[in-house]
Amino acid sequence: MTYSDKLLDYFENPRCVGELEDADATAEVHNPVCGDTLKLWVRVADGKVADARFKAQGCPAAIATSSFATEMLIGQDLDSARRITREQIADALGGLPASKIHCSVLASDAIRAALDGLR
Amino acid sequence: MLESKREMPVYLDNNATTAVRPEVLAAMTPYFLDGYGNASSIHWFGQQAKAAIDDARREVSALIGAEPSEIVFLSGGTEADNLAIAGIVESQKPKGRHIVTSRIEHPAVLNTCKHLEKQGFDVTFLPVDADGLLTADAVQRAIRSDTILISIMHANNEIGTIQPVDEIGRVARDAGVCFHSDGVQAAGKIPVDVRALGVDLYSLSSHKIHGPKGVGALFVGKGTPLTPLVRGGGHERNRRAGTENVAGIVGFGCAARLAREDLADAMLRTGELRDRMEARLQAEIPDLRINARNAPRLPNTSNIMVDYAEGEGMVISLDLKGIAVSTGSACSSGSMEPSHVLTAIGKTPGEGFGSLRISLSVLTTDDEVDRLVETLPGIVERLRQLSPHYRK
Repeated sequence: MTYSDKLLDYFENPRCVGELEDADATAEVHNPVCGDTLKLWVRVADGKVADARFKAQGCPAAIATSSFATEMLIGQDLDSARRITREQIADALGGLPASKIHCSVLASDAIRAALDGLR
Repeated sequence: MLESKREMPVYLDNNATTAVRPEVLAAMTPYFLDGYGNASSIHWFGQQAKAAIDDARREVSALIGAEPSEIVFLSGGTEADNLAIAGIVESQKPKGRHIVTSRIEHPAVLNTCKHLEKQGFDVTFLPVDADGLLTADAVQRAIRSDTILISIMHANNEIGTIQPVDEIGRVARDAGVCFHSDGVQAAGKIPVDVRALGVDLYSLSSHKIHGPKGVGALFVGKGTPLTPLVRGGGHERNRRAGTENVAGIVGFGCAARLAREDLADAMLRTGELRDRMEARLQAEIPDLRINARNAPRLPNTSNIMVDYAEGEGMVISLDLKGIAVSTGSACSSGSMEPSHVLTAIGKTPGEGFGSLRISLSVLTTDDEVDRLVETLPGIVERLRQLSPHYRK
């Protein structure tokens, strides 16, 4: 099992880590089988994601996909943010080993769960 | 092609495999270049190879207190376990269909037993306590009138627990049941005497003790009824066919001799290094737990657990800094595959997440351990700070 350099960079130097005190929505998603947890904070302004932060516990793939997805989210309008797929996240990180696809699902699920909470 | 090695790498994964010692490689080389004969040939080349194998057989038998004629060379620990179990079952199946083993065996034993279960054999997988120990009493209670084999490992590869194999040996002898022990992690790391242990079969591997990969041995005590698995020529006294891996066997013999000569020093040194490492890690990392701490343990093995940090993350972070260790548990295919050993000692998958196995060898330097001790606390703290559950 090998990870891309980009994925390893996002694991070693994750972007957008932390909590947003003035978040408009949060979501915590959990994979009960493998134990990965991702918590996402989102602030919305003018129909766009103004800011986002995350915290995650899990393997390198879980942390890197969480970080990348959170970074990707910032600046997007809500409709396109909702359309972020796990494939987009995985592809942008140079692909994931087959056994780690579920990690990118965690990230896309968290985005949708958070944005659904806005309604 | 091998990628160029990182500068000053730190290798602390010696229960996975070890470096071939230079003396071992030097002993092997002539048997590729000059003494390359087939040990079955009657000419000079063949006789050189045969003599070298005989020497190696003496060295390997001396490591475990056996007779040279009781050593069967084969491809490694996995084949040794397969041959021991399937070979006894094949010869003893008219007498019964029950096997006793434990839940913390190496997959080479566990999966061989599970395969036999599918063939209609009955297997008792004995539980172990919180330190990975099982008792001879438990083995005795599991024995039935139709039990044909007991297979209990000597030392565990993940947590290092050393089983009371001698006591189990007495139970097996009293019951008249064949007793196999997987000694792959024990031989060369702690004293092994197959007579004192009372084993009929004992598995050995070369590459765990600074020998080459692809070679191992099974000790088969005199009179043990074993049906071969690999059929062909009459090699290894008809117990394992196939042209001998001469250079590999020579390397194994040399590694066995060095391990025997260095045993007392190596136990003392790796044990002191390990204990100091654990004490320092515990001082530096809050809430670090050491598995199997209350059991007799291999002196070179340390299995630690931290919460709010995940094992693969720690392994990868350490690897990026040039330090090689392993983890018992990794998530894959959407399922956590907690180590069967950590599960057997009562750890939940959540606890198993944060496990690391650090295994030293006679070649491990103080500097390597220092680098781990200096590096791991920061990695654990970083991963904990990323966790949404961690509050400190």
